[in-house]
Amino acid sequence: MKEKFKILIIDDSMTIRQAIEKNLSDFPLEVVGMAGDGKTALELFKTTNPDVVTLDITMPELDGISVLKEMMKINKDVKVMVITALKDKATGLKAIQIGAKSYLVKPFTSEKLKSAFSRMMGLN
Amino acid sequence: MNETDLHFFIDSTVNYFQEVTGEQAITGIPYLKGKEPVVLDYSGIIGISGKRKGCVYITTTSEMLRSLAHIILDDPKATVETVKDLTGEIANTISGNVREAYGSSFMISVPVVVEGKAKDIRLPEHVQAFVIPITWKEYRCYLVVCLE
Repeated sequence: MKEKFKILIIDDSMTIRQAIEKNLSDFPLEVVGMAGDGKTALELFKTTNPDVVTLDITMPELDGISVLKEMMKINKDVKVMVITALKDKATGLKAIQIGAKSYLVKPFTSEKLKSAFSRMMGLN
Repeated sequence: MNETDLHFFIDSTVNYFQEVTGEQAITGIPYLKGKEPVVLDYSGIIGISGKRKGCVYITTTSEMLRSLAHIILDDPKATVETVKDLTGEIANTISGNVREAYGSSFMISVPVVVEGKAKDIRLPEHVQAFVIPITWKEYRCYLVVCLE
């Protein structure tokens, strides 16, 4: 078993990026990058080759759905948790169909994030 | 816009504060925005397109944002950058959550944040804007909804 999973945190809000990092700090993770827009996110994805990604949808440059499609072309085994304010079923379904493993709607509590992350990673 | 529309935004706002802070926000009676500006220290603005068009903004005080940042990040000394960022994120979350009611054709933009007490936030003309007063703890803020 790997000692640590490499994680890339993508959200256009710096506050949310920090909150995700803080709330997931108890998990065996190494944060290999953070991005605030879709274009930077894809560049970091290619250079850091993460095992797991948290991905926002509404972002500048390139939206999260487009980023997710590109990520799946590069590495379909990456575990992607979409964390978004978009609370409609169609978007959630679309993200899962493209390849996301989890879809968490903001605002999230620490407990909800940790629980969803554990489930996705098969850690519980 | 009708009463049902306003309820979607009220519910989304109440849910935001409840989830993030564990404390309920109280919403006041919405009223039609007149010529008087509704602008506090920081305003997060979301453009709406798709089936509905217009904009939504939340305007709030520095004190409220610092209190929220303290809860979210466990950091009592939020920077101005954090406070600005949080303003946009609140607007994004409240607007994005109402897609539960409107569906994916309710398109939201990335937030634009205005710092300082601007004269007013420019809204689409010929469209009524409603102001929803919000009280959370001892703080007051306003959600302004302007939809065709």
